[in-house]
Amino acid sequence: MVKVTVDGIVVDVPNGSSALQACEAAGKEIPRFCFHERLSVAGNCRMCLVQVVRAPKPVASCGFPVGEGMEILTDTEIVRKARRAVMEFLLINHPLDCPICDQGGECDLQDQAFGYGADHSRYHEAKRAVTDKYLGPLVKTVMTRCIQCTRCIRFATEIAGVPELGAVSRGENMEVTNYVEKALTSELSGNLIDICPVGALTSKPYAFTARPWELKRTDSIDVSDAVGTNISLHVRGTAVLRSVPRVNDAVNEEWLADKGRFSVDGLKHRRLDRPWVRVHGKLHPVSWQDAFVAIGRRLEGVAGERIGAIAGDLCDAESMLALKDLMTALGSPNIDCRQDGAEYDLSHRAYYTFGTTIAGIEEADALLVVGSIPRQEAPVLNARIRKRFLSAGRGGFPVGLVGAPTADPTYKADVLGEGPEVLAALRDGTHPFAEVLKTAKKPMIIVGHGALTRSDARAILAAAWALAAETGAVGAGWNGFNVLHRAASRVAGLDLGLVPGKGGRSAAGMMSGGVEVLWLLGADEFHTAQIGPETFVIYQGHHGDAAAARADVILPGASYAEKSGTYVNTEGRVQRSFQAVMPPGDAREDWRILRAFSEVVGHTLPYDTMEALRERLATVNPVFRVIGGLDEVDVSALPGPVGVGAVSPVPFRPVFDDYYQTDPICRASPTMGECSRIYVHPRTVAAE
Amino acid sequence: MSAHSPIDQIEQPDGFAFDAESEEQIAAILAKYPPERKASGTLPLLYVVQKQMGRQTGSAWVPRVAMDEVARRLEVAPIRVYEVATFYLMFNTKPIGRYHLQVCTTTSCWLRGSDEVVAACKKATGISGFGQSSADGLFTLTEVECLGGCANAPILQVDDDFYEDLDGPRTIELIEALRRGERPVPGPTIDRLNSAPEGGRRTLADSPAKQG
Repeated sequence: MVKVTVDGIVVDVPNGSSALQACEAAGKEIPRFCFHERLSVAGNCRMCLVQVVRAPKPVASCGFPVGEGMEILTDTEIVRKARRAVMEFLLINHPLDCPICDQGGECDLQDQAFGYGADHSRYHEAKRAVTDKYLGPLVKTVMTRCIQCTRCIRFATEIAGVPELGAVSRGENMEVTNYVEKALTSELSGNLIDICPVGALTSKPYAFTARPWELKRTDSIDVSDAVGTNISLHVRGTAVLRSVPRVNDAVNEEWLADKGRFSVDGLKHRRLDRPWVRVHGKLHPVSWQDAFVAIGRRLEGVAGERIGAIAGDLCDAESMLALKDLMTALGSPNIDCRQDGAEYDLSHRAYYTFGTTIAGIEEADALLVVGSIPRQEAPVLNARIRKRFLSAGRGGFPVGLVGAPTADPTYKADVLGEGPEVLAALRDGTHPFAEVLKTAKKPMIIVGHGALTRSDARAILAAAWALAAETGAVGAGWNGFNVLHRAASRVAGLDLGLVPGKGGRSAAGMMSGGVEVLWLLGADEFHTAQIGPETFVIYQGHHGDAAAARADVILPGASYAEKSGTYVNTEGRVQRSFQAVMPPGDAREDWRILRAFSEVVGHTLPYDTMEALRERLATVNPVFRVIGGLDEVDVSALPGPVGVGAVSPVPFRPVFDDYYQTDPICRASPTMGECSRIYVHPRTVAAE
Repeated sequence: MSAHSPIDQIEQPDGFAFDAESEEQIAAILAKYPPERKASGTLPLLYVVQKQMGRQTGSAWVPRVAMDEVARRLEVAPIRVYEVATFYLMFNTKPIGRYHLQVCTTTSCWLRGSDEVVAACKKATGISGFGQSSADGLFTLTEVECLGGCANAPILQVDDDFYEDLDGPRTIELIEALRRGERPVPGPTIDRLNSAPEGGRRTLADSPAKQG
């Protein structure tokens, strides 16, 4: 630790800290543009100038290392004058177009110009103008506004791992560009919008939509993947206008994947806003009462085991528990939250969660990925892997992939093989990567749904755990066994036991007439043609997607933005979101629909309020008592998941082909559709 | 005005491959750097590209496909090569004439008459301004900053050669010679050796060196 005095305040900061960090520790705010906590230091904007006693001139605090006994002054006339001069230079080539700039109101340059800007310009020469660049369908550029802080270049290179941005030419002619006209190939490109301190990079879909002071902000959780990214939904009136990340160092740091950020426009399209009942093959709008009566009538005389329910990927824990309680009350053991047919061992939570934790990735020193493409299934988590890869230095974090990736993983990774037979070779030591795992002190293994949705899932899961146990990946003080989920609802579903009860049917078993009445709670990710023609389908959900088209009764539910809900991410972290807007039309919160219906069929569920339901959640599984945190689990004594059958040497397949079209919300989103057209199905599209 | 036009507006060749001569040079260059630091070879390899383009097409420039090839060779992202190639003005990111006339107009040369050299270049080639090429495609005129030959100002650099101590008529003469396909001997165009005094040595006339 180093003792530093900042404006007379003595602070202790770690060795190697910068003067800027010391000032922050002393509670002094230092203006900055190029400096960003999570990026390398560039030191090119010069806005963070401070005075160091006995230094001949002001120093850029972001890149200036502290020394013992250093005295820093942040608020002297010299500092103020220096910063005012820097600001004057920055504004020389910055257009005065704040009134038509989307960054207005949340612009670092605007804010800091209040403190250090002059009231008029002394510059009378011609300002420079820069041609705008094409960065794809998500990021809009107005490059004349760029102050060349290079944050975007560093973000793309360091965090996103797609070195496609750079600064070409020099001096007056320098431009930040991708040089070739091509969309950024990153699932994290939306973060460029947040990271740009001015209005050079703004959101294309959100362009000219609202001003930040018009927006109401609600804390929420991203449901587009199982990372549980903390987001804030920005609402004006009844519409969710945008989704931006909140800082949570344990989960997403301050990043958000493009699907979670840009699919919010899907919340306005193809919504189910009233109940429908199919009569003579055609859907007719009805009242809630009529819809419930129609279902109640159909259920009359149907035995419990002829009723089934499937919960989808976007459901909150509350509605899933209500669904399960309803099925139990109806006498049905047929319930499943695994519409993709994945298999898990539920005997211990460590067998189906991401045990290392996302932040824990930064401690690992070797990684094996089995049947997963983290870049697509969990882009924010993949950024953490890349962060670890970079911090470990050359060769410090070897990564092996079982199953070929569809795109550059953004870190150096060796493809060890295509199918699960590689696990056997790793266990008996015949594969050279076995040595890497053995010598590593904290190896981690990620098993993805490319492996768990196969018929030999249980065998792969057992083999992966055995490999982890043999290489020291699961032991006292270190849990290197990870299941990477892709559905936001999955871990909560498994925690609540939304799997077939004794003698019950799984999701696949409910198809082809396996049940007479099928209740789909937002379940859309399977071929509806598999449902038997005689099966009576109730679709409860928020989007008119494939399953709603097949339904006999549609009950309009609420999307994640329209209800308060509990979600459990892939780590097993319980997180809560709040209601940002009202559900459209007659749509209602899902647990209330289930509660109301239970009364119609005479099995009233024992909760009338959200609080009571949450109390019931915690009773069913105590993990729901801890919000936001994670309990440490000792896995060293666990026997491991039970293997069933043998692995088959079939190559792993990606979980999905199109990152931008994985759930009903993004299928309804014009922006995601556009991304899919440009990134996944590129034809001979001429760039704008 | 941007010194480097947007790349997509420049007609690019379909492909680029190093020839045998270049390959030999590349091997020598890369031998200087440890394998994990071979990105250091960016600048020398870009020179190799520009030379080869000069040999093959008569226009010494660095097309984008060649930058991509350099990036592939050095295992760096293409944008890292674009950054370097556009930063240094010695690399031509668009096609140029067979002879690259680079007039220094910085203080020393300017005081010694670079304006006349510029005027002569324009007159002899028909080029109207800096950055342009002559109609016959033989010449490209570029204004450059100090070439470090102030003692021999004014200077015109043709490709890699310095022609020194120029004035208007001698510049025209030089350009006419180039047009005929000749390559006059580089160096001072007046009676002097390198930067020695005009007309021969003026001091130390009786030094032992002269006797010996």
